[in-house]
Amino acid sequence: MEFIDALINILNSTIRVSVPLLLACLAGLYSERAGVFDIGLEGKMLAGAFAGAAAAAVFASAWIGLLVAVLVSIGMALVHGFASITHRGNQIVSGVAINFIAAGSTIILGQAWFQQGGRTPSLPPEARFGAINLPGADALRDVPVIGQLYSGLLSGHSLLTYVAFLAVPFTWWVLFRTRFGLRLRAVGENPAAVDTAGISVAWLRYRAVICTGILTGLAGSYMALAQNAGFVKDMTAGRGYIALAALIFAKWKPVPAMFACLLFGFLDALSIRLQGSPLPVIGKVPVQLMQALPYVLTVILLAGFIGKAIPPRAGGVPYVKER
Amino acid sequence: MKRIVLGLLAATAMCLPALAADVQPALLYDLGGKFDKSFNEASFNGAEKFKAETGIPYVEFEVSNASQRDQALRRFAEDGRNPIVMAGFAWSEALSKVAADYPDLKFAIIDMVVEQPNVKSIVFKEHEGSYLVGVMAALASKSKKVGFVGGMDVPLIRKFGCGYVGGAKAAGATEVIQNMTGDTPAAWNDPTKGGEITKTQISQGADVIYAAAGGTGVGVLQAAADGGRLGIGVDSNQNGLQPGKVLTSMLKRVDVAVYNAFMDAKNDKFEGGINNLGLKEGGVDYAMDDNNKALVTDEMKAAVEKAKADIIAGTVQVHDYTSDDKCPY
Repeated sequence: MEFIDALINILNSTIRVSVPLLLACLAGLYSERAGVFDIGLEGKMLAGAFAGAAAAAVFASAWIGLLVAVLVSIGMALVHGFASITHRGNQIVSGVAINFIAAGSTIILGQAWFQQGGRTPSLPPEARFGAINLPGADALRDVPVIGQLYSGLLSGHSLLTYVAFLAVPFTWWVLFRTRFGLRLRAVGENPAAVDTAGISVAWLRYRAVICTGILTGLAGSYMALAQNAGFVKDMTAGRGYIALAALIFAKWKPVPAMFACLLFGFLDALSIRLQGSPLPVIGKVPVQLMQALPYVLTVILLAGFIGKAIPPRAGGVPYVKER
Repeated sequence: MKRIVLGLLAATAMCLPALAADVQPALLYDLGGKFDKSFNEASFNGAEKFKAETGIPYVEFEVSNASQRDQALRRFAEDGRNPIVMAGFAWSEALSKVAADYPDLKFAIIDMVVEQPNVKSIVFKEHEGSYLVGVMAALASKSKKVGFVGGMDVPLIRKFGCGYVGGAKAAGATEVIQNMTGDTPAAWNDPTKGGEITKTQISQGADVIYAAAGGTGVGVLQAAADGGRLGIGVDSNQNGLQPGKVLTSMLKRVDVAVYNAFMDAKNDKFEGGINNLGLKEGGVDYAMDDNNKALVTDEMKAAVEKAKADIIAGTVQVHDYTSDDKCPY
């Protein structure tokens, strides 16, 4: 029983840690599948987190916070789109610029508006997304294993957690079962063909980066409004980059992306749990090893040991119509 | 033209000694930021107090990455800022180089010892203060399991943890769950990870959790309050961050240290050397105010006061982790 409790706790922790990764990873998926590399996930998440926390603090409403976060993230995504789609700029440079703008402007605006050194005020419960108890969770709590899994693991997360996991099948459906998805994938592989068919490459790519904006806004909101109670400078702490690693690890596919994020989240949760407490056979596992594993795994993958990660062929290349 | 330049040079030369006699204090913060509600903010408060009392302005700088340290410090030294006070152990490497190059300037560093004649090293006996909050944590805990969340994994933070374990065990705690947030300076500012660690510790049964983690601690106290448990703040008085949910705060009087360094320089009493401030010197303490009055029973207060008296009298010796890199508790 104790083992199951410990397992549920670790899995719970895994889910909480994975959600921002998953949202950011899916966000990157839309953009990169359409041929726009996006290293600015981190910046958009950070801007979203700040905007969400600021709006939620001012209006005392989590929903307004979420809305503003999404709008601001879309705005940042459109800047990236404007630079790299309309003006055919270097997508990496533009993405890095987004990260810098977000890191600097959130602190400056935060200081100007709230005078707390770039921090937003601590949010009251009504301005946050609280835990949702699924129906029957309390009644099933004492049923061994199944009941425990249901009430301990599936129930009791914030709304955004459920949204994040539902976004996975939704993304799969959009990408592989709709006309928009087909065109989106085509524009990332062979934009000239899409153009020949009379479809605007630029407009398609813009729609893809808007999707990215929405999802990074959700990721930022989750961090500021559900996981924490407010914005603290640099609070994304590199999660945008881990999400990128997860995206590569998942070979730009939605369902594997979810598993990659869960794996990375699990390693993180495990490293917290195992810190200082030795395992039965192996002994003490260094925390550093756990923390480095996501990157190590991605590098191993890129080196071609676990299958092959082939990015969308037109990724990173601005589309120029032949004249 | 030549004459004008010479004249200007002479004028500048005449002005310089007059300027050097005044104090032009400078304060350098560590990563984590000026408003971390913790360590850096305490040093800021000390400097503000000095400014309010004397009317002498000071300059300040927040580093945003490690490579700026040397440059920032050197710039203040070139400007003739005197004294230059640095908050944070990570300044030691830059300081030991710069202090040797500017023997006429006075420097002070908090949390680290730099052995140069013109450097005042201010270190605290955090283990003593942590011992006190450990005693209180164990008495407030129902499960007799308490938690500790450190920031970056460095000997200084282990010193906090070790003192805390000592106090908690002495007051009857059966287990102290210890976690560090990370191994890079980012660990001072990751409230999400801090919150996640706290939730994990709560699920392992801890019901009082002490955060010694700079800005990360905000997330720890938040998660403890969300989970209906108690947090313990650090450095500054953090009782007001989650009123009624923070048992106490381990005060480290960085503000007093900064204020004194500035004041000594102003009164021309600034001396190099090592200042080691413990309970006896009023350098560390625990916080009591209206926010935590209802949480601390008379019995707890009496036990903590007794421990405090014992440490000051020397009958209880709290082990200093940094003395031998071991924790005997």
